[in-house]
Amino acid sequence: MSEKAKSISSKKTSGQDERLKEVSKLRLLLNRPELGAVGGAILVFIFFGIVAGDTGMFSAYGTLNFLDVSANLGIIAIAAAMLMIGGEFDLSIGSMIGFAGICIAIPAIYWGWPLWISIIFAFAMAVLVGYFNGILVVKTGLPSFIVTLAMLFILRGATLAITRLITGRTQVPGLRVLIENDPIAWMFATDTFKWLFTWLGSMNLVALRTDGTPLATGIPPSVIWFIAATLFATWILMKTRYGNWIFASGGDKNGATNVGVPVGRVKISLFIGTAVAATIFATIQVLDAGSADTMRGNLKELEAIAAAVVGGCLLTGGYGSAIGAAFGALIFGTVSMGIFYTDVDTDWFKVFLGAMMLIAVVFNNYIRKRVTESK
Amino acid sequence: MSENLIEFNNISKFFGKVIALKDVTMKLKKGEIMCLLGDNGAGKSTLIKTLAGVHKPDEGEIVIDGKKTIFDSPKDALDMGIGTVYQDLALVPLMSVTRNFFMGREPLKGLPFLKTFDIEKANQIAAERMGQIGIDVRDPSQAVGTMSGGERQCLAISRAIYFGAKVLVLDEPTSALGVHQASMVLKYVVKAASQGLAVILITHNVHHAYPVGNSFTVLNRGKSLGTFNKKDISREELLGMMAGGEELDKLEVELEEMNRINN
Repeated sequence: MSEKAKSISSKKTSGQDERLKEVSKLRLLLNRPELGAVGGAILVFIFFGIVAGDTGMFSAYGTLNFLDVSANLGIIAIAAAMLMIGGEFDLSIGSMIGFAGICIAIPAIYWGWPLWISIIFAFAMAVLVGYFNGILVVKTGLPSFIVTLAMLFILRGATLAITRLITGRTQVPGLRVLIENDPIAWMFATDTFKWLFTWLGSMNLVALRTDGTPLATGIPPSVIWFIAATLFATWILMKTRYGNWIFASGGDKNGATNVGVPVGRVKISLFIGTAVAATIFATIQVLDAGSADTMRGNLKELEAIAAAVVGGCLLTGGYGSAIGAAFGALIFGTVSMGIFYTDVDTDWFKVFLGAMMLIAVVFNNYIRKRVTESK
Repeated sequence: MSENLIEFNNISKFFGKVIALKDVTMKLKKGEIMCLLGDNGAGKSTLIKTLAGVHKPDEGEIVIDGKKTIFDSPKDALDMGIGTVYQDLALVPLMSVTRNFFMGREPLKGLPFLKTFDIEKANQIAAERMGQIGIDVRDPSQAVGTMSGGERQCLAISRAIYFGAKVLVLDEPTSALGVHQASMVLKYVVKAASQGLAVILITHNVHHAYPVGNSFTVLNRGKSLGTFNKKDISREELLGMMAGGEELDKLEVELEEMNRINN
């Protein structure tokens, strides 16, 4: 029997096992956590293809638009998914986005720090906040839901109070001029593959402005970060020892501890991960808008968790995937932008978001039963 | 003297004023299965945790291969070859057989600073090991949740052996299992012992313990009532020695009384 198992695991064609292999592959596919999100994304694209196919939603400009929104959400959704697989929640992601934005803007504008130092400072603060969240949850044993809910209020309040104290306002503009020639900021503020779009424009394949430059100038940095984050997170989860520890910590904390998994360290690192992801999100947005706003990122934590859930993460931990969360974010981003191209009132977006989440949870519950009970 | 693989001499453990264990002595040879019997509250859990290095004994000594040893942590006990399989098995139902088998001790490959989990090797070893027990893992990437209780128990035992256990400590391995599943686990335990491991089987079920055990230690209220070889003691005597024995006798008398009144 182990022979058969080996042939499946090594995915080699061995002739006599053909039928079994096909069945197994289908079963494996059905048991993948991201199945629901991938299916959902396909349905969403078919729907908008029919309803809004001729409206410019799928032009280069329109596509980059919804990809940008999806990518921004995706960056935090992937980190939230990793944390959920590790068995915890982080409700302070949204507040961390606002806080990180201020951590970049105030030193850069009011204290005269170079922009790149301000960005590094924001990431350092993110590591601190994440570590603090993690150590509180691990040491007290309190539910992370409560601990990070407290952090949601603390961070948002502190952001508002500190900003008003230093600047007298709740917004800090004037960052755009600092981006040029900064050694780090380009990583969060440069459109890539510009040559491709210029070429496409010269071939009249994409829409042009009146001055002849293409309307879509390049792939936005969020999309690059999003793709990198998806690949990195998937690699960690599937291919590293640390990935196995994440599943184990979320699946059964005591069991994992008993066989020597450093559950506490794993969880703390995942909390740092969500805070850092929130800071990547914030940096991209702050540099794109040229200003920081204390209210930025409001409710983003819930969207991130929703995307992770649609992507197949179980709320109880121990199960899920980064690719699933990426597709969950793609669904939300596509619908939130696509809805402008239809006759539907945009107010209905939240209804859709909630309904999607409900369907996903019911579906995931069914999948979990399949995985744990099928024999 | 040193033919004993492991000895626990006069072990005592106190929690504040509570005497959890008092002067418990056990000796085990290679290939021997010793059953540790006792009712709830007899001190079985404390003893297991002392064996596993979770608790340090307040009195007495642990001798392994003739050398006096102190366990500072569960890892110490593990390194000395004491493999403890707890009742909860430390298995994650949602994770695959392979990922469970190597949980916390994943084989690595690749560059020195970029080591990755060698999942192919892990799959192969897991399938091989499960095959040796006669458990058909159709696919080592299937979730442990799809396995039966007996299979899970065997997986946990097999894992402990693979990672170098010389002494297996099994905490109630059959308590949640049906007859068929329990016999499957017990068969595997006997097989493991025949390959030279010493096994400490903790249970309150004499019927499961008696067929497989070579010797029996009975715990009652933190004290050992002694260790008996199989030839020196009967199943009924063992049952009688456990606190439950008297209770059952009493229950029988009471039931008879009730029957008499009803009739």
